[in-house]
Amino acid sequence: MELFANQVLAGIATGAIYACMALAVVMIYQAIDHLNFAQGEMAMFSTFISWQLMQWGVPYWLAFVLTLGFSFVAGIAIERVLFKPLAKAPILTNVAGFIALYSIINSCAGLIWDFTIKQYPTPFGSAPFLGSQLISTHQAGMIGITLLMLLGLFFFFRYTRIGLAMRAAASVPESARLVGINTSWMIALGWGMAAAIGSVAGMMIAPVVFLEPNMMLGVLIYGFAAAVLGGLTSPFGAVIGGFLVGIFENLVGTYIPGVGNELKLPIALALIITVLVVKPAGLFGRPIVKRV
Amino acid sequence: MSAAEEIVAEGQAVEAVPKRAMTLGTGTSLVVLAVLLLVPLVVKNFIIFQMTMLLIYGVAVLALNILTGGSGQFSLGQSAFYAIGAYTSAILMETFNVNYALTLPVAGIICFGAGFLFGQPALRLSGVYLALATFALATAMPQLLKLGYFEKWTGGVQGLVVEKPDAPFGLPIGQDMWLYYFTLAITIAIYVASINLLRSRSGRAFMAIRDNEIAASAMGINVALYKTLAFGVSAGITGVAGGLGAIAVQFVAPDSFTITLAIQLFLGMVVGGVGWLPGSIVGAAFIIFVPNIAEGVSKGLSGAVFGVLLFLVIFLVPHGARQVAMVAQQLVGKLKK
Repeated sequence: MELFANQVLAGIATGAIYACMALAVVMIYQAIDHLNFAQGEMAMFSTFISWQLMQWGVPYWLAFVLTLGFSFVAGIAIERVLFKPLAKAPILTNVAGFIALYSIINSCAGLIWDFTIKQYPTPFGSAPFLGSQLISTHQAGMIGITLLMLLGLFFFFRYTRIGLAMRAAASVPESARLVGINTSWMIALGWGMAAAIGSVAGMMIAPVVFLEPNMMLGVLIYGFAAAVLGGLTSPFGAVIGGFLVGIFENLVGTYIPGVGNELKLPIALALIITVLVVKPAGLFGRPIVKRV
Repeated sequence: MSAAEEIVAEGQAVEAVPKRAMTLGTGTSLVVLAVLLLVPLVVKNFIIFQMTMLLIYGVAVLALNILTGGSGQFSLGQSAFYAIGAYTSAILMETFNVNYALTLPVAGIICFGAGFLFGQPALRLSGVYLALATFALATAMPQLLKLGYFEKWTGGVQGLVVEKPDAPFGLPIGQDMWLYYFTLAITIAIYVASINLLRSRSGRAFMAIRDNEIAASAMGINVALYKTLAFGVSAGITGVAGGLGAIAVQFVAPDSFTITLAIQLFLGMVVGGVGWLPGSIVGAAFIIFVPNIAEGVSKGLSGAVFGVLLFLVIFLVPHGARQVAMVAQQLVGKLKK
């Protein structure tokens, strides 16, 4: 039982990261109906920026805030320059665009910071949390940050004018435009926020997986799995999906023999396909009806 | 967000390509064929090897082209089928001592099966969802190949070394050259078969599904069957390419078949022009020679160069090499007048 509780807690901790990633994926999916395959690389690049700032002597939290700002602006810039012109293009073109972005960011990070593995600091320390052996303070901090961010997003979308405008632009663009909402900029804003959320995920997981240009691939796949499980149309679902996927991954790794770390990605694959086949809308998503 | 169900008009996945625009004219085909036949006689062994790889990637890109250009489905997971084909050939040759030429049809059939099976769940997915599922497949593949359980056959992380075949019947040509002509023969066979496939009843069914799935099913096309069939055929051809690749490179290892390979093949298709089969070879040339040039400038640069070029293609020549070829054709036509 001890082991079980332990694994569930550890699962929630990694789940927090998947939840951040899934949230970022859903933000963009809501805005433009596409999955951003470069989301993980964007987060990785932001994490490198924060690492570089810290190397230059900037204190952790200042670097954290600066990175958030950088990611936000970079996200908007990417949307404005590269993806706004593709808004009406076929899906294939968009997928190609994301793949190109993925390739560029990955390669540039490798060029600037090379492919060696780097240590990344944690602001929370890694002592046992509240004297318990179950989770470390870093994991507790990760969960805390994720929940804070979720709460912040909830209030943003629920109680601010601009949050309302973004929701309107995402669900009924034509009508939103008629009441004077600048839908095009709402999409850019969505990109910026998604990039910032992703950078938080990157900075939180970097102490666990270490910093290197390919660190986010596995996390991204799990983020996709979480987003699909929760429903691609529901930010709340994405977060729940993240935690569920984290717990599931840990429990499978513990209780099914022969399925350890080396099968991490195939598990995510199986999960994605199972959810897409059994319940394509996810746990909390709206079913999509096709028009003939 | 409203509780009402969302109604979406499915955006078109791939732009329609008319059937006639999919191939080259007879004259041009003959010229290309002559070049492919004669060039190896005058160049060095290393270049012959690169041309062999060009043909092999060309076949793999062609396979993706049939899937995407033909039936309108995506795949970012072609590297997985390429890997299965490569491993099938390598294992058959090294563990069971099967002749290299005979391993190719086996690789094709096994990959056809794998593709057909993967196409079953993929059937219910379209557009981005399919891209997502195949993306996950491609990332998961290297880990599956490294599994301790299969290590007896796959050689685990270390992979397998494959012997290079000699020319048969005591022909007085080198191994590289023999392998090149062997690959060329298979490439031509696959190319001709693919064209015929797309011109056949099945090919028309693929294209009807690509252009409008609902209308296609209303006309009595078994959408599920043809979609999985397209997946299977594409995977099968990719498997043959993979098997050839294993023989040519003489080595298979899990880390040669990462998502990067899948991205390269996808890129090759976009550059060559979606749905234009001869473009596959242009795309293959692109994915083989561009990294060489980029790595010459700075190591690790190829990804960035790929990405930038891909964006340029998307923005400037969205139909890839096909568009360039058509413009060239028009220019030539004008000059003749």
